[in-house]
Amino acid sequence: MVRIAFMALIVLLSGPAIAEVADVYEFDSRAQEQRYQNLIAELRCPKCQNQNIADSNAPISKDMREEVYRMMKNGASNEAIVEALVARFGEFIRYKPEFDSRTFLLWATPALAVLGGLLVVAVVVIRSRRDGPDAPALSKEDMARVDEMLADRDQDRPS
Amino acid sequence: MKRFLLFLPLLVAVVIGVVLFAGIGKDPTKLESALVGKPVPEFSLRDLHNPDIMLDQSLFRGEVTLLNVWGTWCPACRDEHDDLMWLAEEKGVPIIGLNYKDNRDDALVWLDRLGDPYRKTIYDPKGTLGFDLGVYGAPETFVIDADGIVRYRHVGVINQKVWEQTLLPVINDVRGNG
Amino acid sequence: MYPELGQLALILALLLAVLLSVVPLVGSLTGRDNLQAFARPLASGLFVFVGLAFAVLTHAFVTDDFSVAYVANNSNSMLPWYFKFSAVWGGHEGSLLLWILMLSGWTLAVAIFSRRLPPVMISQVLSVLGMVSVGFLLFIVITSNPFDRLLPNVPTDGADLNPLLQDLGLIIHPPMLYMGYVGFAVAFAFSIAALINGRLDAAWARWSRPWTTVAWAFLSLGIALGSWWAYYELGWGGWWFWDPVENASLLPWLSGTALMHSLAVTEKRGVFKSWTVLLAIVTFSLSLLGTFLVRSGVLTSVHAFASDPERGTFLLALLAVTIIASLALYAFRAPVVHVRSRYGSLSREIFLLMNNVLLVSATLLVAVGTLYPLVLDYLEMGKLSIGEPFFNLTFSPLAVATGLMMGAGIFSRWKKTDGGWLGRKLLWPLAVSLVVSSAVLIGYGGFKPWAFLGVFTAMWVAVATLWDLWDKSSSRKGRIHGLKRQSRSYYGMVLGHLGLAITMAGATVVSNYGIERDVRMVPGDVATVGDYQFVFKDIGARNGANFTAQYGSFDVMLDGERVAELHPEKRQYSVGMSVMTEADIDAGLFRDIFVAIGERISDDAWAIRLQYKPLIRWLWLGAIFMATGGFLAISDRRYRIRERAEEKAGTGASDADAPPARPAGAAS
Repeated sequence: MVRIAFMALIVLLSGPAIAEVADVYEFDSRAQEQRYQNLIAELRCPKCQNQNIADSNAPISKDMREEVYRMMKNGASNEAIVEALVARFGEFIRYKPEFDSRTFLLWATPALAVLGGLLVVAVVVIRSRRDGPDAPALSKEDMARVDEMLADRDQDRPS
Repeated sequence: MKRFLLFLPLLVAVVIGVVLFAGIGKDPTKLESALVGKPVPEFSLRDLHNPDIMLDQSLFRGEVTLLNVWGTWCPACRDEHDDLMWLAEEKGVPIIGLNYKDNRDDALVWLDRLGDPYRKTIYDPKGTLGFDLGVYGAPETFVIDADGIVRYRHVGVINQKVWEQTLLPVINDVRGNG
Repeated sequence: MYPELGQLALILALLLAVLLSVVPLVGSLTGRDNLQAFARPLASGLFVFVGLAFAVLTHAFVTDDFSVAYVANNSNSMLPWYFKFSAVWGGHEGSLLLWILMLSGWTLAVAIFSRRLPPVMISQVLSVLGMVSVGFLLFIVITSNPFDRLLPNVPTDGADLNPLLQDLGLIIHPPMLYMGYVGFAVAFAFSIAALINGRLDAAWARWSRPWTTVAWAFLSLGIALGSWWAYYELGWGGWWFWDPVENASLLPWLSGTALMHSLAVTEKRGVFKSWTVLLAIVTFSLSLLGTFLVRSGVLTSVHAFASDPERGTFLLALLAVTIIASLALYAFRAPVVHVRSRYGSLSREIFLLMNNVLLVSATLLVAVGTLYPLVLDYLEMGKLSIGEPFFNLTFSPLAVATGLMMGAGIFSRWKKTDGGWLGRKLLWPLAVSLVVSSAVLIGYGGFKPWAFLGVFTAMWVAVATLWDLWDKSSSRKGRIHGLKRQSRSYYGMVLGHLGLAITMAGATVVSNYGIERDVRMVPGDVATVGDYQFVFKDIGARNGANFTAQYGSFDVMLDGERVAELHPEKRQYSVGMSVMTEADIDAGLFRDIFVAIGERISDDAWAIRLQYKPLIRWLWLGAIFMATGGFLAISDRRYRIRERAEEKAGTGASDADAPPARPAGAAS
């Protein structure tokens, strides 16, 4: 129990890394600065507890930001920069997963869900049209069951 | 048919439960290296002991080696050091050291005081090789085969259990193949 | 007071919960009134003992009793008294105690405010709530006892509350959130009871609705508070990160919103019953899932409590039993009889069904996005991250679609809406939305497709809502009379929908037109962000209650005039030695100006984060509207007319199947 408390203490105290931006870079234009900000927000710090490298003050995040800046300054495209970092740290650092056979279901989820839902709605509307306001309250099958049950009850009733 | 549909949510819940159960106790910070199957990145860095000597990736050719990333600033590295000495001396495992983001003098004193398990130690004060290897926190240990290809990365300290259960099987596997 | 008293109280509460789970339920199934009569007293007793345990723990905190391990880990003698109070729920064990306090509170509330329900129903509902309480009390007593002691080595002082949690936000956010999470247990209990006794009808929906609405309102507030707190406390100006724990709170909210609307249809028209029951079970299951995810360490998150495999397993077992039993009961007992009802394709029923489709799709999306990495890892297919870029890309279209559907749906009528009439009604919202969105975009600096969609949708919903109000309040006796004629539940709906529009507008504008810069500044420097100039005046040291700080001074200028003076700080807390950045924010209804101090670059140079956040307050203002709408709706007199009618009739329990008196102009 004490051991658990101690562990809890450590975790609670270590806390999330609060943004202390250590590096400030010079940019040629606001657009480039914005591009940098967007890019570092999309990359994950490999050792933090779910933070992007923009907000993490871990040393590895700093190194990664430097590399992003360096490659940007050398004219690399966003894809090239991300690929270079992924080649070293793995797909884990991408916050937007690549669309491949592994992640197909993931990306398809909203479309599948909505399409499935629309199908249900269509069925509901069609069925309701078929029922109509004049349709009897019970279907023919249910009517037959009711007749059966009434017949059984009449049989069981003591005379 | 409708009754069957009603069982679907239950099915989904059970599947999710199994996945969640499997996830308990797993350490989410242990990542697989992106370099598995790829050669050690090119580098040209000084030897820790002899600053005049430059080391490069050919260092890893010839036999299966462990590459251990460490620094004097890393308390866990201190913890695993005795086990590394045991591996090097008792087990005869060739270990190359990568002194990562450290101070040369501190590192030399450290090795002097605690013993040097490394065949050679690369001095990487800026962490450039570490970065290219995808190191995100020391200690980390790579298994590199005789052709200089990275075959496995272990994140965290090495102890007897890790050696027997994780590293040795990988090394045997690698040796078995060539 | 001895902490052991607290432990004893918990054990007694557990016993009472066990009795509550069994006795009234047995009574209801065997027709024994005397057993059912135990329900209300047992619920009261449960609340009393849990409350006692909570009071004992609070007392331990306030009196610095560091012999209690939980107090020693989460408090400190130098902590200001109000944070000692809120530190009670700052860690795992205490927050669970808060959870069960809320649950017993809700249980008691159901026991009190349900005089008109049939005794069988109330016995079963309370029993189900008792069962959930048993699960949590067992979990607390066995694995997460807040009253464990550190005897005989009592520390001289505590480890301090994590400085991030030493904030007003912590005092309110968890209680509000838990009120929401736990509140959905009531709808859940009603559903289970309906499945047990087979009585699933419009009356059941009418009873469940107010409980669901108020839980939803609290959850909305809780989520908004969390977002607001993260924004000003964490120092980087973000308000939503799609972090697994954040998603865990959004999931029951999304499905709870669907539930709220589905209940409306079931109450009014008696259809979609099976679906509504499933939604209620799913919503509470999502609450439970959230509780599990935060504490089990299965997903990485900055918000997570300390993880412990033993606790994780226990909690998962608790979850599994509850959810699997409920869904199995559903599978076996949910009605398959198809209720025959006719409604046109543009009827209110269909619009609300579409609402459900979109909201459930959103729920599915967030759930899949959150759990997918786990599944892939389980299948040994690698470790993947799914974060903000993914969710923004996939969630936004669903949000826009929901908004567009909402605007049109407000005008829809039950059973049948004439297409031509609807189209004509929507002309004004269309025109106004187009014009205003274009103007807004130009005003903020340029056309962006998603920004346009978001603002258009927000306007669409707002104008449609107000247009409908205008329509309904037209009366021969004058506008005021027409407005007074509308019911509270209608105004609740108006506020709720307006709130969503406001939140959508805020989210869209701040995401698309906010500006963020990290600049190196020395005292005397001026930096530009948008139209604003930031003058770094100076930086010096100051002391606080339990910290020392670097205190910066900034002037913010607009068109040469000073609009704000900001003082961000960098604090070092005395006990934990942790360093924290306290941003300073000039808050405004239409924009926030945000300054935070980063790291020291050299002797006098600092890295400063400057931000311009247009309409960010609208995010949370919208949530306040939504919650207010919810509270307003449940104060509707149709929930009170019932009781007055019974008082007049002179008896206690009248058959609640009598058709509700319909205040004129009442909408869903």
